[in-house]
Amino acid sequence: MSEEKKSLGKVLVNGILSENPTFRLVLGTCPTLAVTTSAVNGLGMGAAATFVLVGSNIVVSLLRKFIPDNVRIPSFIVIICTFVTMVQLLMQAYLPSLYESLGIFIPLIVVNCIILARAEAFASKNPVVASAVDGFGMGIGFTLALTLIGVIREIIGSGSAFGIRIMSQGYEPMLIFVLASGGFLTYGLLLGVFNAVVNRIGRSKGEGEGA
Amino acid sequence: MNGIVNVLLFMVSCVFTNNFIFSKFLGCCPFLGVSNKVETAASMGLAVTFVMTIASLFSYMVYHWILVPLGLTFMETIAFILVIAALVQFVEMFLKKASPSLYGALGIYLPLITTNCAVLGVATLNVSEGYNLFYSVLNGAFSAIGFLVAIVLMAGVRERLEGSKIPECMKGFPISLVTAGLMAMAFMGFSGLV
Repeated sequence: MSEEKKSLGKVLVNGILSENPTFRLVLGTCPTLAVTTSAVNGLGMGAAATFVLVGSNIVVSLLRKFIPDNVRIPSFIVIICTFVTMVQLLMQAYLPSLYESLGIFIPLIVVNCIILARAEAFASKNPVVASAVDGFGMGIGFTLALTLIGVIREIIGSGSAFGIRIMSQGYEPMLIFVLASGGFLTYGLLLGVFNAVVNRIGRSKGEGEGA
Repeated sequence: MNGIVNVLLFMVSCVFTNNFIFSKFLGCCPFLGVSNKVETAASMGLAVTFVMTIASLFSYMVYHWILVPLGLTFMETIAFILVIAALVQFVEMFLKKASPSLYGALGIYLPLITTNCAVLGVATLNVSEGYNLFYSVLNGAFSAIGFLVAIVLMAGVRERLEGSKIPECMKGFPISLVTAGLMAMAFMGFSGLV
């Protein structure tokens, strides 16, 4: 039992750190770049994607013995689509302002590669609980990454974080960071920093990591 | 006369000002994934152009002639993704028979297009912007040409980057993203155009 718990924990951490969808796998770049103009948007997008990931992973895992192999991708897409439509309608009803600012990227969660990739690579081969945990871990990893990028872009681009002004009055916001090119630059540089840190940890830990 | 000018302005804005990648962030995955070589980038761009144009046409018809009369507009996303998936499959079969050489060139890129968010994006945008049939198809075709321009330019830059010295941690995606950022800045110069 304890062994199973440990492996579930490992699955969870896997999504947040070692296989972080944004910084390690570089999947789902479109929403990452597009919605991270502010921290709140990043958080909202992450939460929506987490919901879809957990839901679709559970359903795909439940149906993994019934879905014929040749039509599995279309089946996965329909399952994902169902959850995305649910999120879309829920958000429209309860969080209209967030719905407005995320706009077209809510329906586009359907074609977010992370979700299809997890359905294909994990949920279709693993039992329900592990799949749900995997979806949750991946979702959290994605959310953290989006929020981080969102915070950085918001601080530099509009001098605030989560809508609260934190830079002094004299600070002139660098508008470019909330525009398209700032998104590419921030993501690229963060990815570089992340790689450098991972490489350094890998070097200092050496072979001891596996144990 | 005024109509023609409007249409021309619309085309230019789709390709440059509202470029799908540099201002709307649609289709970033293939943009970063298959922009290693100019040739493959051009094939991918052409395949996307092909599918996006037809997808705009069909998604318009499905939305306005089937979903709206039946009151099923909340099924928009599911309907569009099915239309796109079926269309990609159909285009693939058709090309295999009709034009083997083009099929050979586009080859493996066709199935990838199903999960290209630019295609679903253009279908959704056409509905949310309320374009009519003509503008929907025009939007699909010229946004896709904007994508083609962007991915080919990017591939050109990346081919040059191959030989240059890059810090270890910036190799691959990070440097591509920074490149894309600089290109996006250049594309901002078009914003006063229309």
